[in-house]
Amino acid sequence: MPQRPAYSNLVKTIREGKFVFTGELEPEKDFDLKHVLHSAEEMKKTGKIVAANVTDGPQGDAYTCSMVPCYLVQEKVGLEAIWQMTVRDRNRIALFGDILGGSILGLKNLLALTGDHSALGDHSNARPVYDLDSTQLIDLVSKMVDEGTDLVGNEIAGGKPQINVGCAANPNSNPREPEILKVGRKVEVGADFIQTQTSFDVDDAKEFLKELEKFNTPVLLGLFPIKNYGIAWYFNEYIPGVSVPKDFLNALKATKKIKDKKEKYAAIDKINLDFFEPFIKEIKKTTKAAGIHCMAVHYERLFEPLLKEF
Amino acid sequence: MIITKQKDIDEIYDMIKPYSKILVAGCDGCCQPPRSINEAKVLAQMLELKARSEGKQLKWKAITVLRQCDDRIAATTIRPFIEEFDAIVSLACGLGVGMLNRIFPTILTFPAQNSMFGGAENNGENYFVEYCETCGECLLGVTGGICPMAGCAKNLSNGPCGGQVEGKCEVGGYIHDCAWVKIWERLKKFNRLDLFTTYRPPRNYQIWSSPRFMHIYEPISSEEEPKKEEEV
Repeated sequence: MPQRPAYSNLVKTIREGKFVFTGELEPEKDFDLKHVLHSAEEMKKTGKIVAANVTDGPQGDAYTCSMVPCYLVQEKVGLEAIWQMTVRDRNRIALFGDILGGSILGLKNLLALTGDHSALGDHSNARPVYDLDSTQLIDLVSKMVDEGTDLVGNEIAGGKPQINVGCAANPNSNPREPEILKVGRKVEVGADFIQTQTSFDVDDAKEFLKELEKFNTPVLLGLFPIKNYGIAWYFNEYIPGVSVPKDFLNALKATKKIKDKKEKYAAIDKINLDFFEPFIKEIKKTTKAAGIHCMAVHYERLFEPLLKEF
Repeated sequence: MIITKQKDIDEIYDMIKPYSKILVAGCDGCCQPPRSINEAKVLAQMLELKARSEGKQLKWKAITVLRQCDDRIAATTIRPFIEEFDAIVSLACGLGVGMLNRIFPTILTFPAQNSMFGGAENNGENYFVEYCETCGECLLGVTGGICPMAGCAKNLSNGPCGGQVEGKCEVGGYIHDCAWVKIWERLKKFNRLDLFTTYRPPRNYQIWSSPRFMHIYEPISSEEEPKKEEEV
């Protein structure tokens, strides 16, 4: 398949050979989206974040849609959005309509995801959709972008949407082989880039990135700086397949005793910097990763010190 | 077999409350766990007790039908009793309840069961599993005999998703197997990962949409049907 043009700054920057950073924004049950726009502004200020993912009902919860925050982040903040779209809640008709609508609004990146099952969310009795799976969603985007049609070949009037589409990969998956083979399918149907779930194990991440090299598609490795012990503990206990290194966890635990807020923040930031700075350096130096997807949700203050060296 | 689960007794009683003479019909067909004459009797007795506790009398008769979903069998078995009763309670799956309502239009038939799924039983352990979702577009030939429609919580055609951990599914607390990891294991065993890596395009859900009908006597021929004007 010939390479699709780079429509987004993200893909343009990757193709220029720069090591890129993306951030993550999480609209929740929000009407004003203040915290999303604030986080986006903080990311923009660093000058290092090329684009930010905007989540689509993570954990299966009913949250503000991702399309509108994507648009506002681009329009009001001037930060490019990576529009996360799950196949959990919309059938192929709605997906097509939304993609076309979002594209008219100027959205240039779409990350195709299956989405956490609705049974895990706050409306667990909902009827999940899954009319398409995430690979078929990439197929749909490819048809729209490359051929200017819907899934059955009906033409889109007035031009083709200009979108680059990404897919997810999970370095924590065990067994790993079916995960790698699945990513291969997604690349085959038109994924322009890959963003991974979070990794806390640099050797394991390197191995995973090595395995993905054969697809010749840029990979952004997911990292998750953690802003307090509670989140780290939750991650370790409840996020399947993810184990937070013991030393990192204990160091964060020790900060619970610090009374002074400023001092506490400084201590937490130092722990994260000591862990993630060398992690990123190692990935940049020794792998073919195109960059880092830094999921420091609500932890924008870390971006500046963490990324200043890159 | 159709796996059923009995409704709460209060819910069944609420349905038959306006009636004083009920026919309770078990089914000897594929309904599992068994819902035959014994179960019909027990249910009728429970309903009678419940009625008595409310100071009412409930007259009942329990019978069973070879297969409630077969119109001729159901009609010949039940018709002799129909005049004596003013409602029927069926212990069959929804197919039986629907059938009795259709063949006896003058009397209401109420369900005593919730029909859960078409399932199979393993090792006689009273543990039933949905191996097939009757989707009308069988994929078992390319998935090593494991159905991703019935086995995967997200009905994925191109799995696994990111929600599997050590081969277990995120839905249900990592207890159930991830169908796609099972499919991968099985295809790998038979050196058929070519089937795993093949991209499967969007499915045709039109054939999976209710209401569904099928006429098995559609003409089957290798020759084209003669055009009308050619007929003699």
